[in-house]
Order: sequence, then C-alpha cells, then structure tokens
Amino acid sequence: MEHISGAEIVTRCLQAEGVEFVFGYPGGAVLEIYDAIFRQEQFKHVLVRHEQAAVHAADAYSRSSDKIGVALVTSGPGATNALTGIATAYMDSIPMVVISGQVGTSAIGLDAFQEVDMVGCSRPIVKHNFLVKDVRDLAATFKKAFHIAKTGRPGPVVIDVPKDVTINKCAFEYPETLSIRSYNPPTKGHPGQIKKAAQLLAEAKRPYIYVGGGAVQGGAGAQVTELVKLLGVPCTNTLMGLGALDGTDPNFLGMLGMHGTYEANLAMQYCDVLIAVGARFDDRVISVPSQFLSNPKRIVHIDVDPSSIAKRVKVDVPIVGDVKHVLTDLIAALKEGNLRPNPDALANWWKQINEWRKPNSLLYTPSDELIKPQSVVQKLWEITHGEAIVTSDVGQHQMWAAQYYKFRRPKQWINSGGLGTMGFGLPAAMGAQLANPDAVVACITGEGSIQMNIQELSTCKQYNTPVKVLSLNNRYLGMVRQWQEFFYGTRYSHSYMDALPDFVKIAEAYGHVGFKIENPADVEPVLREAFSPALKDRLVFMDFRTDPSENVFPMVQNGKGLNQMDLPPHMHGLQQVPFENNRDYGNLC
Amino acid sequence: MRHILSVLIENEAGALSRVTGLFSARGYNIDSLTVQTTEDPTLSRMTIVTHGSDDVIEQITKQLNKLIEVVKVIDLNEADHIERELMLIKVRATGKDRDEMKRMADIFRGRVIDVTEKTYTIELTGPGDKLDAFIKAIDATSILETVRTGASGIARGERVLKI
Ligand SMILES: Cc1cc2nc3c(=O)[nH]c(=O)nc-3n(C[C@H](O)[C@H](O)[C@H](O)COP(=O)(O)OP(=O)(O)OC[C@H]3O[C@@H](n4cnc5c(N)ncnc54)[C@H](O)[C@@H]3O)c2cc1C
Ligand SMILES: Cc1ncc(C[n+]2csc(CCOP(=O)(O)OP(=O)(O)O)c2C)c(N)n1
Ligand SMILES: [Mg+2]
Repeated sequence: MEHISGAEIVTRCLQAEGVEFVFGYPGGAVLEIYDAIFRQEQFKHVLVRHEQAAVHAADAYSRSSDKIGVALVTSGPGATNALTGIATAYMDSIPMVVISGQVGTSAIGLDAFQEVDMVGCSRPIVKHNFLVKDVRDLAATFKKAFHIAKTGRPGPVVIDVPKDVTINKCAFEYPETLSIRSYNPPTKGHPGQIKKAAQLLAEAKRPYIYVGGGAVQGGAGAQVTELVKLLGVPCTNTLMGLGALDGTDPNFLGMLGMHGTYEANLAMQYCDVLIAVGARFDDRVISVPSQFLSNPKRIVHIDVDPSSIAKRVKVDVPIVGDVKHVLTDLIAALKEGNLRPNPDALANWWKQINEWRKPNSLLYTPSDELIKPQSVVQKLWEITHGEAIVTSDVGQHQMWAAQYYKFRRPKQWINSGGLGTMGFGLPAAMGAQLANPDAVVACITGEGSIQMNIQELSTCKQYNTPVKVLSLNNRYLGMVRQWQEFFYGTRYSHSYMDALPDFVKIAEAYGHVGFKIENPADVEPVLREAFSPALKDRLVFMDFRTDPSENVFPMVQNGKGLNQMDLPPHMHGLQQVPFENNRDYGNLC
Repeated sequence: MRHILSVLIENEAGALSRVTGLFSARGYNIDSLTVQTTEDPTLSRMTIVTHGSDDVIEQITKQLNKLIEVVKVIDLNEADHIERELMLIKVRATGKDRDEMKRMADIFRGRVIDVTEKTYTIELTGPGDKLDAFIKAIDATSILETVRTGASGIARGERVLKI
C-alpha cells in the first residue's frame, strides 16, 4: 500500500469524515498540514483572524447543523488562543474537533520554540484529548475523536499532532468501525424508569416540563412538542433549550431562570411534578437548590450523562439515556396506558398560570426619544418572520435576544450560556452562515462584546458571509452596569465604554455596509433595508444607539428563590403574593 | 465518610493525570492513590482512598466513569473488602533500643530488611491503622524516615473487578 505523510493522513481523515470546512490559522507546527490542505480540494479552509474565532466558528457550525465543526491551530500561541473557544464549547456540550500542531516529539519537554503542553492545558475543558506520537496512530485517533465528540454527551475533542508525525509516512486506511471498550454511552432509557415517569405525570396536579440544551443538541424538538401537546402541560426552556418548543406555542411560558419570565419561574417553583429534559439544574436556572425545593415536587430527570443527575438537585426518577429515545418511549408509554394528568387539576393549574401571565413581565416602557433595545429585537423578529438564525454575544443584549426573539425551532439560537464568552457572536454567525448558506443569520451583540472579535469582519468579507450584525450600543458594559446599579450603589466602576470607534466607518473599512441608528423611528426602516434583497449578499453592521439605562427584567438575584424576582416597574408589589393564597389545590384528584 | 474506590483504567500515557486532574478541578479529596498495571498489561488498577458525603462520593464515581479511559469503577465500601498498605520505615537502633525495636517489629509482624550499626529499615504491611499504630508504638524520636504506599484494596469473596 502507498505510504503517505501524516499531514496528508490528517486531510484524508477529515475528508473521510465528510468535513466541509476547517476553520484555522497556520504556523510553523502545522505547515505540513497546510501544505496537504493546499493540495486537496474536497474541503475548504477558512482563514480566520484570530484562533479563538476559528474555534467559535467551528463550534457554531456544529450548533447550527447536524455536522461537526473542525478547527486547526498551530502550537504554542495558536493553541492557547484556542482555549477560550474550547472551554466555551465544553461548557455547552458542543461537539467539535480541534487539531493543534505540536513541536516535534523529540523536542517535547525541552521548552522548545512555541511549545505548550496542549494536552495538559486543555484537559479540564475537553471531553477528551489525544497526543499522537506515532503516525501509524493518526487515522484511528481521528476516528475515535469524531466518534467521542458527537456521541453520548457531546463535547470538544483536541488532537495534538507533533510536527514530525505530520512528516513521517505510513500506509493509510480510515477505519470503518471502531469500538472503545471503556466508552459506551447510553441511548435507550430504562423501561421501568420510563413507566414510573409516565405514572408520575398521570398523578400530577401541577405538571411542568423543563427543557434544556440536551433536547436541542439531541435533535428532540419534535418529541418535546409531541409530549407537550399530548399532555397539554406548560413547558419552559432554558437559555440553551430555546427553540426546542416553538416560542409562539401557547403552552410555552418563556425562558426560566435568572432572567426568566414571571410565569416560567413561578411554575418552576410551584409545580408538583417536574420533567427535566436534557437540562442540568444550573445555578442561573434554579438559583439555590434548597429554595427551589422548599415547595415539594417530584422530579423526573432525563439526561445522557449520569453525572448531570443528582449533581445539584436530588431527583425521584432518574432516566439515563438519549432524550430522543427516552421521550419517544415515554410518549409511547403514556399513550399505551392512556395516562394523562387529571383534567380538572390541569385546568386549575392553567388558570393559575394565566393569572401569572397577565401582567406580562416582559413589558417595557416604549419611548419616542430613546431606542429601547427590546424593541429592536422584536422588530428583528417581525422582519425575519421569526426564521433567522440568531447568534449573540454576552450581556444584556443576549438576554433581550433570548427573551424577545421567539425561536421557532431547535438550533436557531446560538449563544454561549455556560461560559458566557464575550466575543462569541460574530465568529459564531460566520460559522452558522457557512453551515446554512441559505439562511438569514443575525448577530445580536453589544458594543463591548463586538470589540472582542471585531477583526472577524475581515474573514466575513473574504468568505462572503453576509451576516447582519445588530449592535445594541448602550455605551456600557451593560450587564456589569446593571449589577453595579443593583448591588454596588450605582458605583459604575469601569463599565462605561469611552472612546468608542465609529462603527459605521469600521464596517465600511472592512468593505461592509454600516448604519448608525439613533432615532426610534429609524429602527424599522433600517432593519427593513438591511434585510432587503438589495443587501442580501452584504454584511450589514447596525449600530443602534440604545437607552443606556435599560435593565433586564425579571431578575432573580444571587441567593434568592425563583419566587423572589426583581420585577419591572409595572409589576412592583406583585412579587410578594404568596402562591398558596392564590388557589387551593388541596381537594383535587 | 472514608471510601475506597477501585478503578480499572486503560494503561495509557496521561490517564493518571486525568484522574488526579479531575479530583483537584472538582475539589474532591484524595487521601491516597496507588496504581499499577494488572495481569493484563493494557489495563491499570487504581485504588483511591477519598472521603466525602454520600452525594460527593456519588459524583466522584460518576465523574470517574465519565473519563473516556476509565473502564470500570467500584466502591469497595459497598461490601466486605480487604485493604493493605506497605510501609518502609527507617529507625535509629542503637544500644538497648536496638533489641526493643526488633521486638516491636516482630510484634507487628514486620521484617527488618536492611541493617546498619545504627539503623534498622523495617518493612510492614497491613491496613493503614496498623501502620499508624506501629508509628505510635515506637519512640517518635527514633524515626528517621517513613515511606508509605497508600492502600490497595480488593473485595472479599467472589466479587471481582474485571472487564
Ligand atoms: C449573562 C447570562 C445570563 C444567563 N441567564 C440565564 C437564565 O436566565 N436562564 C437560563 O436558563 N440560563 C441562563 N444562562 C445560561 C446558564 O449559565 C446555563 O448555560 C444554562 O442555563 C444551561 O442550560 P441547560 O440546563 O439547558 O444545560 P446545557 O448546558 O445545555 O446542558 C445540556 C444537558 O443535557 C444533557 N444532554 C446533552 N445531550 C443530550 C442528549 N442527546 N440526551 C440527553 N441529555 C443530553 C447534558 O448531559 C447536559 O446535562 C445565562 C448565561 C449568561 C451568560
Ligand atoms: C470574555 C469576557 N470578559 C468579561 C465578561 C464579563 N461580562 C459579562 S457581560 C459584560 C458586559 C458586556 O457588554 P456589552 O457587550 O456592551 O453588552 P451589554 O451588556 O451592554 O448589552 C461583561 C464585561 C465576560 N462575560 N466575558
Ligand atoms: Mg453595551
């Protein structure tokens, strides 16, 4: 058999995995690989302007499709630049393969030029990583890496490839199958547990379905929708779960958690049977476990990762398995046993929920003078018919995007939830656009966040990714400013963004279209123009000068319970109403 | 509570650091850790002594299982088990203390494995508390050096940890 170099094996492995794009940046340790890329045409390479962006783009490529994003970086600084991106994907359980160059095997450990222990540095933020010391191990390692990244609880996998391994030659054959004796992720849930869950739902007076990122990544949108419809029960999504149930569905109570709606949070606090679907009881969701459990409830927890179960909250019916499989079986069990919650109890529960809904906790005071950031998101939704893929950065704008853009389907909403990485939005939009060339992609960002990876405007130009950037420019690190207003006596320590650049000129300098919008009346016309056929193929940067004093409501402060929200001004006085006084559930069922 | 975990793990470079890294990253305690390859050279067997509440031990077990290279984990505390630890201890042994030291070693079923005019090196195995007891039983000022391996554990009876 013909012997080929390690570098060529790398490209052949990527081809065998059906990779379309590699996001990367060259350097000494990966020059062989770059040469092999030059000599092939099957996949395209996207030259970013910073390695962090390569990883975010690869990550969003995965998040917005059923494919796996791949990033390629050189050793040393290339590898360390990639770390923030890797940690971002890890925290949100996103499948991805990152290839890093490494100094030659004989130089490892000698403080060689651009040597960094990448396997050591990335160990706590990867699902798994490999240092390939022998060219003969390359193909099997790639096969394992892709398999591990996408199965079970997904996550990023790093392959560190020393330079001599890319030069050395051996015969190449991509393994067709593999088995890793120590790695057998579960798929189907335990039938007995699924029966128990069905039974519990039938006994519920106040059932609630809480859906997280696992349902989005696990492709279980249809099953979530079917379960909700079958039972007619209320449903909430976490920040990572948005889109799992259509945001316009009448059974959807909105996002829950720190910035969740009044009704979604109170339902979480006061439900009596909770079905958690691919969600991990994060501290930004349930706040303090003891507060959350102070109103008794029985919990079913469906998760593919046993370590997510009983980590923060003890549950009554743990079901380890893939959401899609488990929900399919749960729905079948409910149908078979004709099990449904008591209709009278459920009607009463809905009556209560509708009372919570009435004041509309997402209401804000419109203004003729200042652009309200929420209104920009609402207009975006209207103009894109709720169909755009939306990426965001981190801060207030992220929360407004989550609250006001009613996501219709899974994988439409792309943001960094677990790590909260500013600088994610623009490279993510780029990756999402490449994965979905026909989709409308919008990036909702802030003037702080966008400047953390603004150089990618250049990459967007080079590869014609016509994303629409909506910067909600409040001249503040708004989320920080909000905390300083609430908890630090309005001492706005270093949260004011002075000396901001002229973003329109920046956009134009990179060859894009820029708009500055200061007047509320201009919001809609500018958005219409940006999304018009005339600008379909252009990146449009919209610099919305928004109300700098706007805060995100509702808000559950650290240490508070979900029923102790800070509410918007029009709801002041409401939050103290105790649940028990509202309705008596005592004699039902 | 103290727990003794047995871990079967692929005998691969870096596998040990994944385990220790996990403990430090998640704030778990390691009281002791021993590791060596098994009769099957592709596998290593670790014994980890740790302590924590039941919830913490449950998380440790789950997190260990989550490591790709970990093949199996058992908590030996769940059933009868045997623990042994090896200690090598170098003590001053001069004058009338020399006989006394030998006598103590005998009582604890230790063996003197190296001798100089002034010292004995004693080998002692047993559960950790026996080794502690030996250290307590001899004159503290006579101890020159101690080396302990940490516990290795195995289940009693027919229960085995195998692939
Ligand atoms: C400024 C800011 C504010 C925030 N405020 C909020 C807020 O108000 N509300 C909110 O919800 N979040 C908020 N977050 C996000 C929060 O930090 C967490 O990232 C998020 O809540 C976690 O979502 P999740 O529980 O859906 O879990 P994910 O992180 O999405 O985890 C998914 C879970 O599903 C499991 N899983 C994965 N795949 C499968 C499968 N196929 N089958 C079964 N299980 C699977 C995984 O094992 C994991 O346990 C905020 C973040 C930031 C940066
Ligand atoms: C890399 C990074 N550094 C710091 C933070 C802390 N942080 C969270 S939100 C935020 C402010 C973001 O400002 P901006 O992008 O303008 O968004 P806004 O909140 O104003 O909408 C900061 C600094 C972070 N999340 N990420
Ligand atoms: Mg801002």
